[in-house]
Amino acid sequence: MMRALRALRRWAVQTARLCCGIPDYDVYVAHLRAHHPERPIPSYKEFFRERQEARYKGTGGRCC
Amino acid sequence: MHTTAAVPPSPAGKILWAAIAIVGAWCLGVVALRRGEPINAIWLVAAAIAVFVIGYRFYGRFIEHRVLRMDPTRATPAMLRNDGLDYVPTDKWVVFGHHFAAIAGAGPLVGPVLAAQMGYLPGTLWILVGVVFAGAVQDFMILGLSVRRDGRSLGNMLRDELGPTAGVVAMFGVLVLMMIVLAVLALVVVKALTHSPWGTFTVACTIPIALLMGIYLRWLRPGRILEVSIIGVALLLLSIWYGKHVADSPALAALFDFDARHLAWLLIAYGFCASVLPVWLLLAPRDYLSTFLKIGTIFLLALAIFLAAPTLQMAAVTRFVDGTGPVFQGNLFPFLFITIACGAVSGWHSIIASGTTPKLLSNEGEARMVGYGGMLMEAFVAIMALVAAASLHPGVYFAMNSPGALIGTTVEQAASTISQWGFVVTPDQLAQTARDIGEGSILSRAGGAPTLAVGMAQLLHNIIPGESMMAFWYHYAILFEALFILTTVDAGTRVGRFMIQEIAGLAYKPLRETHSWAGNLLATAICVGLWGYFLYQGAVDPLGGINTLWPLFGIANQMLAAIALMLCTVVVVKLKRERYVWVPGIPACWLVVCTLTAGWQKLSGPISFTAAADKYAQALADGKLLAPAKSMEEMQRIVTNNHVDAALTAIFMLLVLAMAAFALRAIAKAWGANHPTAQEEPYVALGSVAGR
Repeated sequence: MMRALRALRRWAVQTARLCCGIPDYDVYVAHLRAHHPERPIPSYKEFFRERQEARYKGTGGRCC
Repeated sequence: MHTTAAVPPSPAGKILWAAIAIVGAWCLGVVALRRGEPINAIWLVAAAIAVFVIGYRFYGRFIEHRVLRMDPTRATPAMLRNDGLDYVPTDKWVVFGHHFAAIAGAGPLVGPVLAAQMGYLPGTLWILVGVVFAGAVQDFMILGLSVRRDGRSLGNMLRDELGPTAGVVAMFGVLVLMMIVLAVLALVVVKALTHSPWGTFTVACTIPIALLMGIYLRWLRPGRILEVSIIGVALLLLSIWYGKHVADSPALAALFDFDARHLAWLLIAYGFCASVLPVWLLLAPRDYLSTFLKIGTIFLLALAIFLAAPTLQMAAVTRFVDGTGPVFQGNLFPFLFITIACGAVSGWHSIIASGTTPKLLSNEGEARMVGYGGMLMEAFVAIMALVAAASLHPGVYFAMNSPGALIGTTVEQAASTISQWGFVVTPDQLAQTARDIGEGSILSRAGGAPTLAVGMAQLLHNIIPGESMMAFWYHYAILFEALFILTTVDAGTRVGRFMIQEIAGLAYKPLRETHSWAGNLLATAICVGLWGYFLYQGAVDPLGGINTLWPLFGIANQMLAAIALMLCTVVVVKLKRERYVWVPGIPACWLVVCTLTAGWQKLSGPISFTAAADKYAQALADGKLLAPAKSMEEMQRIVTNNHVDAALTAIFMLLVLAMAAFALRAIAKAWGANHPTAQEEPYVALGSVAGR
């Protein structure tokens, strides 16, 4: 039961963040560790700022 | 080939689907055939759900297995190019939530409300048929194509499959469409806030609240989006509550009481500032607020409709199917199919479905749920908007949506005109509705948002009674729509700016530099100027603006949908699956016919821009003033505006024809080829990358 609730919460947080253009930080860190161990790992703050800028850069935009 | 065979349904499954079909058909029968007595909205909602479920299970699956041949063993771009940032294999429910939040906007809320002038039946049928056979097909197929092409954008895919010229033509079309979208959405806000100090105050409050959130996110608690959004929503609710005091106090109310012209200028100035300021300060925090408020409000509306179960007071079909309606002019065909764009089929979605979403899917087998399912959800939002509008008193509906030039400016004039149309209403009912929602007047508040807000307020008031709560709910609904429309305007202006810089960069290289302040300010000014021109024109339009601009928007949006479906058709032929060419081909042809017919009627004939221009030009030559113009300069401006709108319509028609020619050429070439010629990325087995 607790596990189900925790999974639900994680899903909700991940979806809410992704709706705002912020992908999952833990996934990114895990990816860096596994595939690019030579690169520095950004703090959540740095990661957040970079993604925030990136969201409003490209074309694409949103719906009417 | 790596397609999976469909699993044959079990006997229990067959019985279940048969039951859903029977219930759906029964509900649809009640909605369509019961005349003379009002029906409950639940019939309509149940019919819609049954149609969506059946469409998803059968037609969606048919497209998945036969037309697109989605392959669960094939590695998706997210798996192949996983970079943790843009390409990330993501849980399908998370992708679904993200995709729905990205496609849901103001469109499905406004179009169905305007279309309710013809009664609820035509709009309902078009939404149900349109979404299953056109809208969801477009979203799903574009998503499927993009997943097979490294998550490439619509523009890139058009260039690859139809040729470079087609790509440039489509890019130009998207830019013009975006300017019209921004103008018409901003006009919806202007119409909702005109002489409404309460509404204007709460919407103005979103600016300091967003600044506060921006600073909080930047320095106090970096990246805590959810936390700061909760604070933001609480402050917003507080500002709605305080708005009543502003409206009640004459001194404060005067500060927030603007006419349409001033509001248009304020929005133009605001749009300029918001898109040149750093995104973290204003744009991003408002985006977060509007995203959460949007999803929350859609749930609230669904809850209210299920609990309140309102009776539909509007007739199933009104006399205005003959094209004489006050809300928008033109016959059922083609104008119903132009007016309800988002919710039935929306070209804009093809940009989203070839944007972030294809880079997140971890398996091709999940594309149907996200692409087809996401669009069905949006259609459901459109059905709810239609229910909210149709559950209003028809007299109130027409008073809110008809231009002042037709119904006058007092409740007595409006009530007598509308009663003559056959929708009996007393001046008292109109005045009482305005008092209930805490506004001075409800007359001629076209644009969908106020009508939906009154409908929502009545529904919510039914389930959560309380004195003066209706006014609170009304202003809540207005705020929610204004907030996410303004976010679209800000973000759209930025995107438009980049597109303009890219086009200008073709002529003069340094303009392309997005970090240069001169290029940045210049491109933003051009972008704001383009949509601002149409917004201002709408704000001073004698027929209320929505009347003129919404058809232009509808034509443009359906044009983009037609282009997206043409791309799908070309690819189906290129893959040598000619026997399924009708799946995207028929909706593409239908949209081409609708946009060209509507465009032609707007170019020549009694309801055209040209006719309006001629009428005013003739009066101008005779030295006569035609209402509501107050001076000869205004007369001249009306003539010019109508000429601009006519020219724009002609451009859209040429665009559709050009793209159709490119598509036909590509189809003819591919049909003759004896092997598949589509530009798909090669097959990579999922198993070979899963462990990487």
